[in-house]
Amino acid sequence: MDETKLRVTSSPHLRAPDDTRSIMLDVVIALIPALIAGCYMFGFRALLLTLISVAACVVFEFLYCRIMKKDSPVGDLSAVVTGMLLAFTLPATAPWWIPVVGAFFAIVIVKQLFGGLGKNFVNPALAGRAFLFSWPVLMTTWMAPQSYEGFFNIGADAVTSATPLASLHVSAIPESIDLLSAFFGRTGGCIGEISAVALLLGGIYLLIRKVISLRIPLAFILTVAVLTFIFPRGNERLTWTAWNLCSGGLMLGAIFMATDYTTSPVGSVAQVVFGIGCGLITVFIRYFGSYVEGVSYAILVMNVCAWLLDKAFRGRRFGVTREYRRKLKAEAGKEAK
Amino acid sequence: MTHGFRGGVHPAGGKELTSGCAVKPLPAPELVTIPVSMHVGAPCAPLVAVGDRVCMGQVIADTDAPLSAPIHSSVSGTVRKIEPMLHPNGTHVMTIVIENDGLDTPADTIKPHAEEVAADPAKLVDIMHDAGIVGAGGAAFPAFFKLQGAMGKADTVIINASECEPFITCDHRLLLEDGEHVVAGAKLLRDALGLDKVYIGTEANKKDAIKRLREIIAGDPGVELKVFRTRYPQGAEKQLIRAVTGREVPPGGLPADVGCAVFNAYTAWGVWRAVEQGVPAIDRIVTVSGPGVKEPGNFRIRVGTPVRALLDAAGGVRDGYFKVVMGGPMMGSAVFDIDVPVLKATGSVLALGDAPSAKNPTCIRCGRCVGVCPMHLSPLYLYMYERKSDLDMLTKLNVRDCMECGSCAYICPGRLPLVQSIRSAKQKLNAAGRK
Repeated sequence: MDETKLRVTSSPHLRAPDDTRSIMLDVVIALIPALIAGCYMFGFRALLLTLISVAACVVFEFLYCRIMKKDSPVGDLSAVVTGMLLAFTLPATAPWWIPVVGAFFAIVIVKQLFGGLGKNFVNPALAGRAFLFSWPVLMTTWMAPQSYEGFFNIGADAVTSATPLASLHVSAIPESIDLLSAFFGRTGGCIGEISAVALLLGGIYLLIRKVISLRIPLAFILTVAVLTFIFPRGNERLTWTAWNLCSGGLMLGAIFMATDYTTSPVGSVAQVVFGIGCGLITVFIRYFGSYVEGVSYAILVMNVCAWLLDKAFRGRRFGVTREYRRKLKAEAGKEAK
Repeated sequence: MTHGFRGGVHPAGGKELTSGCAVKPLPAPELVTIPVSMHVGAPCAPLVAVGDRVCMGQVIADTDAPLSAPIHSSVSGTVRKIEPMLHPNGTHVMTIVIENDGLDTPADTIKPHAEEVAADPAKLVDIMHDAGIVGAGGAAFPAFFKLQGAMGKADTVIINASECEPFITCDHRLLLEDGEHVVAGAKLLRDALGLDKVYIGTEANKKDAIKRLREIIAGDPGVELKVFRTRYPQGAEKQLIRAVTGREVPPGGLPADVGCAVFNAYTAWGVWRAVEQGVPAIDRIVTVSGPGVKEPGNFRIRVGTPVRALLDAAGGVRDGYFKVVMGGPMMGSAVFDIDVPVLKATGSVLALGDAPSAKNPTCIRCGRCVGVCPMHLSPLYLYMYERKSDLDMLTKLNVRDCMECGSCAYICPGRLPLVQSIRSAKQKLNAAGRK
């Protein structure tokens, strides 16, 4: 040992192996089942749009940091996650430039202009999607599952179809498909949202890897379940609830979007409240909004409340137990006398 | 089995390196360097002069200050130097250097106190003071002061045998090799406080030591072993109290506020020895380990032995390791110089490599630091407000509650220097004269 090179640093002298990059990699892995489901249902085009979206996010992040002379953060893989999530919220019929515009908005406007990783106050992918609704028709032209002819056929003549959400929006149980098919993803919708099974698989992986906790997704999904069960809008309660749970972006939103670290609270109670808030707004928009889906706007609204929730629902201070409070109160009472 | 407190982390052990290594006595070095401050509280003043002959166990520095502990010579020999020298904490502290004559001539003050204590258990306070016993877990709080403060207040006494820091196994080996006397010391502390029972709290990872302890205390209603799930920082005083009694020490409070007194296992052992043999705190067991040490092991060494001698005893340091830490890897401090001495409360000397770091530490708000904080704090917000020097928010978020266990910085995937920033926050509050 070279004694002249003794290194003195602040404790702790150990660090856990997980870092930002490994966490982002876990999220990418967890998204793959949903990507496979999307490609299976919508063909090569789904994969192509995802690749374009990821590439655009990475390139915009790299270019922005190069121009602003910041260290390139591309290695942390966060732009890859944003790219995948953005693509997952698009219909497979979207033209190629849609994810590029969305990526620009997500990465440059929402993420980097506010300071980069960890500083944005809304979910970049969802904000990108919201921006893309400047082209509402392009964003809501749904392709029927497996209506492509040959996997690589870029399917300009793909059959368009209504999504189960459109049916739910008029308070009716979808009739064209059965619930089980919808659960597995044989339905119209955005690339990454259709298969609840694939999304749940990814969610379980994230739970096992301790990347996410159950608090936000469970609070979100349960709130939607309870509300739709109480207010079935004239339908059979359980069926109505089940359809609401496996339609639209609920699973994708609850498992992958609402759990985005930067834009959700860190306190455990605050996280539960955050999840409940997402659920409430989702159902509110689905029931009373003019647009059929509420998940993405619900999450965006709750995103801006994340810091507020952390402030409002701070955990109990260690040592401040019920007895201790009682004692303090008694002492204060004595002094007052 | 629970871990009885919220939060915490489980850093990959490192204990397997030395948990099977029996304690080897290390011959006392030719020179021992003994700083006059090895404890929380007032430093002592030297009672000897250069050239004096001293005996092993003789008091060589003391003070009248109430919170302090006398310092004893750990060898017999001649005082060679008394001057400020580098202390492991990085400051310069008055230090007595004694040349060892190799005879270990005991001081005439060394005599058993068993009869006195049997007649009056409260005598233990004086005996512990005179033996210079300090909390051996690392904090080095004078143990007599703790006992004195707990008298008449404490209804629970706990022996802390958790040893929750990675790599360290000195208490584990002590329990395994000489558990009887740890238990004997525990009983002395129990009797001094006039209680019926003493709890011994430990982590489940020390299976053989637990088995041994169970044998020792079998059928004795006056000692109860509590085994907790292995989770750092199980051995932190407040967390251990929470686990054993369910009580929480109030903010800014002491264990005595909830009727508890906690002593480290080695402290209990030292109490037994001070009573039974009259030997003061002149040696201790030190784990020398870490990935950078060639032959990790446990050694019984004299206080004042330089760290260098310990590293040599463990086969030296491998190439590529350049951090030497006294204490555990989570809370211990890296030393500037390996000639600094081992103190009364040094449980381990580790040779470590660099911890993973990031070029641009970035908070992604994953919230892991909040989840692992055993004091229910939000380290990410403390970090942020420290950078802004927002003293009001730091106070509001109870930054003073932080015990710097390091769980947050350990778990942080963005590699933020969280503990460092919290220390700096406390210093800023101190500088501003805030409570």
